[in-house]
Amino acid sequence: MPKTKPAQKAVEDLTYEEALAELEGIVEALEGEQNPLDEAMKLFERGQALIVRCGRLLESAQLKVQKLAGESLVDFEEESE
Amino acid sequence: MQPSLFNETLTVSQVTFRIRKLLEENPGLQDVWVEGEISNLSRPASGHIYFTLKDKNASLRCVMWKSDAARTRPNLQEGIAVEVHGKISVYEPQGQYQLTVNLIRPKGEGALFQEFLRLKAQLETEGLFDPERKRLIPELPRKIGIVTSATGAALRDMLNILRRRLPLAEVILSPSPVQGVDAPPALVQAIRSLDLQSLDVILLARGGGSIEDLWAFNDERVVRAVAVSQTPIICGVGHETDFTLSDFAADLRAPTPTAAAELATQVTLDDLHSQLSAFHSRLTDLISNLIADHQALISALTSRLRFVSPDRRIQSEHQHLDELSRRVYSTLAHRIQLQFTHVDGMSKRLSALNPEGILSRGYAIVTRKEDGRVVARISDAKGGMNVRVSDGEFEVKRDL
Repeated sequence: MPKTKPAQKAVEDLTYEEALAELEGIVEALEGEQNPLDEAMKLFERGQALIVRCGRLLESAQLKVQKLAGESLVDFEEESE
Repeated sequence: MQPSLFNETLTVSQVTFRIRKLLEENPGLQDVWVEGEISNLSRPASGHIYFTLKDKNASLRCVMWKSDAARTRPNLQEGIAVEVHGKISVYEPQGQYQLTVNLIRPKGEGALFQEFLRLKAQLETEGLFDPERKRLIPELPRKIGIVTSATGAALRDMLNILRRRLPLAEVILSPSPVQGVDAPPALVQAIRSLDLQSLDVILLARGGGSIEDLWAFNDERVVRAVAVSQTPIICGVGHETDFTLSDFAADLRAPTPTAAAELATQVTLDDLHSQLSAFHSRLTDLISNLIADHQALISALTSRLRFVSPDRRIQSEHQHLDELSRRVYSTLAHRIQLQFTHVDGMSKRLSALNPEGILSRGYAIVTRKEDGRVVARISDAKGGMNVRVSDGEFEVKRDL
């Protein structure tokens, strides 16, 4: 139940997976329980913010490629043709 | 040796026939593998292939008929070392023996293949290829490891696929040579280091090549490293038709490096977009329904409230008040009417008491002229006085 969750992170700080998981929880909570209207509205607003967050992450996603060099990771530059 | 005069003389055909019988009925010449270098290669339009197989000291004419050539599509070049399989036959018109070839393989492949089968059987017995060892490939990997050559086309192809299908992912590359004697230990090291990076999946890949080129992926060390990896491994080595022991040990076999990248990204960016818009509709529907429910509740409450509203009581009180006032009014009117009747009676009685009436009966009203007072007693009568009778007044005077 989302309302018993610990303090919520700002949506901007969530990874795609976190945002999606919370979104799923919200939809389930709205489907399953009889929430007071103001709480339902809060859930709805949070859900919308999560959708916007996920959408932006999808739009802006760029494959990050790193190379394992010994124990550490370094950015990998692809050779251009 | 002196020629015998008694021996019959044979025709060329008869001799050639004897030679042919000799060669073609010799089991040691009818199912042979022969190794040598290819020379005088000729592939005429007929589709048959002609060449000569040579070593240092000898040469052997070879022919591969069109049907076998079409079936096995051998990769032939002048000068390459091959092993060919076939049977010795005699071409009578030319008086030549030749090897009729039905299979050609690069030299050394036979030994490699024997080794492949031996190792495969051994590892299979150990259970390295058991289906129950296979782990599921996560549908939506966050971190994808790649073991391949840093310079090959395979890496470029895989990155292109990943970039297009799931740019949300992170790729960690552990470059390794993929052929030659250094390849197996380097591949093992690359797999082990990626296995420590807590990745969702590892792609082990190499582009197409000859069977020797792919051989590192049949190396026992590599195959064991694939099998023991904690991270699920997708193996995409060579082409569709190439199978390596790493393929068998991997959790999933992909026909090519490109296919490996596709199998690693079963959920794509498009899928995520659709999933998100499905969530959006569900969320919007849910809240619309909720609001509609509340609106219905409010309007139900409104009509119940209207039923118990003070308005209604006030209205009914008003009505009551109206009725009361109507009753008060009619009572009053009645009483006023009674008063009127009473007054009327009084006025009639009053008029009966009119002094004028008395005057007509012979009485008179005497008032003093001096001050207008009625003379009721003798003592009142002094000076001039008016005497009023029924039809007028006259003056009198009392003299004392």
